[in-house]
Amino acid sequence: MTFTYNNVYVQDTATVAGPYEKQGPLKKYYDKTLKDLYYNEKSFEKAEIKMVKESLSLLRKKTGLNRKEIDIILGGDLLNQITATTYGAINSSKCFLGLYGACSTIVEAMILGSVLIDSKKVRNAIATTSSHNTAAEKQFRNPTEYGAPKPDTATFTATGSASILLTNEQTDIKVESSTIGQIIDLGQNDSNNMGQVMAPAAIDTIKRHLKDLNRSPDYYDLIVTGDLGKYGKEIVKEYMLKEYNLDLSKNYNDCGVMLYDLEKQKECLAGGSGPVCSALVSFGYIYHEMKKKNLKKVLIVATGALFSPTMIYQKENIYSIANAISLEVV
Amino acid sequence: MYEIKIIANTINGDNMTKEKYEKVSSHHKAKIPKLKNALIAFISGGFIGLLGEGIIELLCLNFHLSRSTSGTIMIVIIIFVASLSTALGFFDKLVTKLKCGLLIPITGFAHSMTSAALDYKNEGPIYGIGANIFKLAGSVILYGIISAWLFAMIRYLLGGVI
Repeated sequence: MTFTYNNVYVQDTATVAGPYEKQGPLKKYYDKTLKDLYYNEKSFEKAEIKMVKESLSLLRKKTGLNRKEIDIILGGDLLNQITATTYGAINSSKCFLGLYGACSTIVEAMILGSVLIDSKKVRNAIATTSSHNTAAEKQFRNPTEYGAPKPDTATFTATGSASILLTNEQTDIKVESSTIGQIIDLGQNDSNNMGQVMAPAAIDTIKRHLKDLNRSPDYYDLIVTGDLGKYGKEIVKEYMLKEYNLDLSKNYNDCGVMLYDLEKQKECLAGGSGPVCSALVSFGYIYHEMKKKNLKKVLIVATGALFSPTMIYQKENIYSIANAISLEVV
Repeated sequence: MYEIKIIANTINGDNMTKEKYEKVSSHHKAKIPKLKNALIAFISGGFIGLLGEGIIELLCLNFHLSRSTSGTIMIVIIIFVASLSTALGFFDKLVTKLKCGLLIPITGFAHSMTSAALDYKNEGPIYGIGANIFKLAGSVILYGIISAWLFAMIRYLLGGVI
């Protein structure tokens, strides 16, 4: 389902990135970086909550808005009961909606925020998300210190929190359109190869977005997927070309690949993942490059593996989803 | 049982099928150096065994202990060293390098318990450490006991001594 918007603009973004992301090539685009995974807190979960608080307060500082002037916060994260967002967003806005779309959450939040602004229900909306490498590892996989060997196709959950303020007042960058994805099941069940699990969702959403708006991939200066990693990225390129004759070789990249220096940072394996992976790249690198007008039209396709450890043990497949949002320089 | 036909995008009639998709995705798989990993695990695991045997010999010769007492003390030492290195944060890095050679011997068992305990220490001694310390090791203990019982029974039925 594709929507276009008339009066939704990006006012500003705020990014807090973790220690591994700090070593990556996009370091200079982040507002704040952490020295370690604890962020002076006692637990990883509390560190994630603190990052959400920090990114929201940075956004308030940058835009000069106080808590009462922000109409709504929309957001979510990977922890059970979307803990980081709910605990982090307390007392930050007039109202709040918690969302879950795994790693696609940020675009889900931006789409809902844009719809609310476009329909004149609210004046502004913050979309926020976060993830934490070891907090996610503890929840979804083995204990954090266990360190069981993983194949090269596994992805590395990014640490950080990122927020964006959408508004009805005109700025340089507008939210042009968005496509809401559908839940995809292509019989994939390898949790150590999430790129392969999520690539069909990305393929489906990109293709439908282009078809609905009657565009070719060349329309965009950059198309990014959320967190497919280096293997998933190649699958998307090959499938799009082979099956739909859509050539993505010139202007397509994946946020998981862009977030880290995969040659040097061997621990990151196939690339970054987690809700904040696409958010850090989009609100850090892409936003700043759009401000400088180096990029004019960008399609962000956040991919999410709707992964439940319980259902994997009960021999079910991993479902996936991808949501796309298009930003344009006015 | 319901049958799931694995086709994505049926609403739009695009027929992205599992077969078609896997044909493309099979071109982009990571190569896992299984033989190399097995060899590294064989050597590193063997080295742990050698280390254990060395400790036993040392205890037998220097402290004039029996072999079985030395064996028990050796296990305590190895478990202590493994748990300590988990707590100091470098066991997981060694595992990434030395593969399952460190996870299969008693070092891996100690590591699985210490790492789980560390993970849940913030949730307190009862709901945290107590409830989660056997998160990974529980399976080893349960099936260890069952298989010990099973093999003891076989041995007993074959007329051996337990």
